[in-house]
Amino acid sequence: MSTQAATETPTLHPARPARARGTFVSDTWVIARRGLIHMRRQPEALSDATIQPVMFVLLFAFVFGGAIAVPGGGSYKEFLMGGIFAQTIVFGCFGVALALSNDRNNGAIDRFHSLPISRASVLAGHAVANLIRAFLPIGFMTIAGFVVGWRIHSGVLDVLGAYGLMVVFSFAMIWIGVLLGSLVPTPEGVQGVAFVVIFPVTFIASTFVPTSTLPSVLKTIAEWNPTSSLANALRHLFENPGGVTPSSGAWPLQHPVAYTLIWAVGIVVVCAPLAVMQYQRSIKS
Amino acid sequence: MTTNAIEAHGLVKTYGEKRALDGVDLAVARGAVCALLGPNGAGKTTAVRVLTTLTLPDAGTATVAGHDVVGDPVAVRRVLGLAAQDATVDGLLTGHENLTMIGELHHLGRKRAKERATVLLEQFTLTDASDKLAKEYSGGMRRRLDLAATLVAQPEVLFLDEPTTGLDPRARNDLWDVLDELVAGGATILLTTQYLEEADRLADDIVVVDHGRVIARGDARSLKRQVGGDQLRVVVADRADLDAVTAIVGRIAGHQPTVDVGARSVVAPAEGGTSAISALADALTEAEIRVEDLGLAQPTLDDVFLTLTGAPPEADDDAAAVPVSTISEEQR
Ligand SMILES: Nc1ncnc2c1ncn2[C@@H]1O[C@H](COP(=O)(O)OP(=O)(O)O)[C@@H](O)[C@H]1O
Ligand SMILES: [Mg+2]
Repeated sequence: MSTQAATETPTLHPARPARARGTFVSDTWVIARRGLIHMRRQPEALSDATIQPVMFVLLFAFVFGGAIAVPGGGSYKEFLMGGIFAQTIVFGCFGVALALSNDRNNGAIDRFHSLPISRASVLAGHAVANLIRAFLPIGFMTIAGFVVGWRIHSGVLDVLGAYGLMVVFSFAMIWIGVLLGSLVPTPEGVQGVAFVVIFPVTFIASTFVPTSTLPSVLKTIAEWNPTSSLANALRHLFENPGGVTPSSGAWPLQHPVAYTLIWAVGIVVVCAPLAVMQYQRSIKS
Repeated sequence: MTTNAIEAHGLVKTYGEKRALDGVDLAVARGAVCALLGPNGAGKTTAVRVLTTLTLPDAGTATVAGHDVVGDPVAVRRVLGLAAQDATVDGLLTGHENLTMIGELHHLGRKRAKERATVLLEQFTLTDASDKLAKEYSGGMRRRLDLAATLVAQPEVLFLDEPTTGLDPRARNDLWDVLDELVAGGATILLTTQYLEEADRLADDIVVVDHGRVIARGDARSLKRQVGGDQLRVVVADRADLDAVTAIVGRIAGHQPTVDVGARSVVAPAEGGTSAISALADALTEAEIRVEDLGLAQPTLDDVFLTLTGAPPEADDDAAAVPVSTISEEQR
């Protein structure tokens, strides 16, 4: 040990520092910044948000691009983009679930809770970090889409609406993630839920194929699946093929934007309080 | 107004059927170092978690620096520093970032927090590693960083839960030196340990806990006196010499020795300490007895438990079995 440490006693200076007033907002930001640093330094997590969606765009555009017909005609590449946006946004819930689960298991949550901060800021910090992180894949996919030949045909307001809807739905998915991270005890368990539950949810949908091509039961599930409505809403707002189905279909097919918004609000209203409750239970004991 | 930095009365915490704390009283004076000594599963961590507001007690009261842990947890969190049993440094942050973040969450402001981080890293000889990710640190470095993190806001009371468990002997000695400095600086410390040797080395007061209860308290000397103090121990090379050695040890110690034929050892309480040992060495040389090992053995936590409870400490079923009497050499 350094001899200097002996002279400069490391603790118990009677003059305690004059503390600036800490606020919920600044504590949340400190924890959010930590979350963002974590993402940057975890190549696996980062690739989920960057390389993976870009790979999907390239794969589906070039491998299946010619084989899948879009009802009502139109380019499959343009149909595809809304689906891949939707799938990636739904997957977004895992970022926060994994981060929370890791923190619960490695003692970070205890460390935070022994500090004089609002406990809500720990959760809020994770939420903010993951909302910011959600922009990353959306940006990468937009670029990849343009490269493979995706085009937007609508006006500025519709485009803003599309990106706004993505942010809103990302926000909703964060609360599913918090709920998941508080319910499932280990990070491995979270991965398991990803493959068993969320993965199928994003596939039994209009993500990659029009719902009209699916067999009957799956077709009904897909029509009411919010992943489909999000994909269709984006197609509609970008004026890509496959957006709104004319009057005959299920209600979500006719009103994808409204249906998606209802889901987003519903998820937040139901999951956020549940998630906060479950989180508090998970950290008690 | 109390002068004690930590006070606890009748703390109870149950997990299902399990009484992790079963009526624990504690009083630690300002500037004192208190060791909670007990085997795995004794309730040490639970006591620390209650006192640091991480867990609510089912019954009983406790104050830290005069603040009630249940009634005013935020005030308690402002004055405490906690190094949890598993060092909770953030592996994906650098050493400097770890300490800066803690400082910011103590509301020092970003600039002050950074300065404080730099100072602490220097004090804990981590300056060279300050920009390395903490996951690349060795076990000893992580512990030092964890300890530094508890000191960021210059806390009034420090809680260190098994600060040296899992460290190799060298790292443990380094950490003991650091703790010595903290003590010299006048910190109030509550630490937990499974090793009497460590409690002895670091603490003024030792509180022995088992099954959630305090079974003894006092300084190391008085605890050792309860188990009979130092022991003379001889291991002979040839079993045939055991009788002769027993006679010699008995004469010098003034007590009837205990003989373990299998281990070829003879043990007796030694009142004379080191002078008894040189007398014994002379006597053995004179009798031309070949000796494999000769020494003064300190009572271990096992001995303390044997004396206090009449039974060796049983590691809890649900707790990992860790040797209680000898400090585990394993590295994390
Ligand atoms: N969160 C918990 N849930 C259930 N049992 C627990 C929990 N925490 C501790 N225990 C039990 O309480 C007892 C005391 O544990 P602990 O305080 O960790 O002991 P120590 O730190 O002395 O090893 C043990 O039997 C342990 O299994
Ligand atoms: Mg423990």
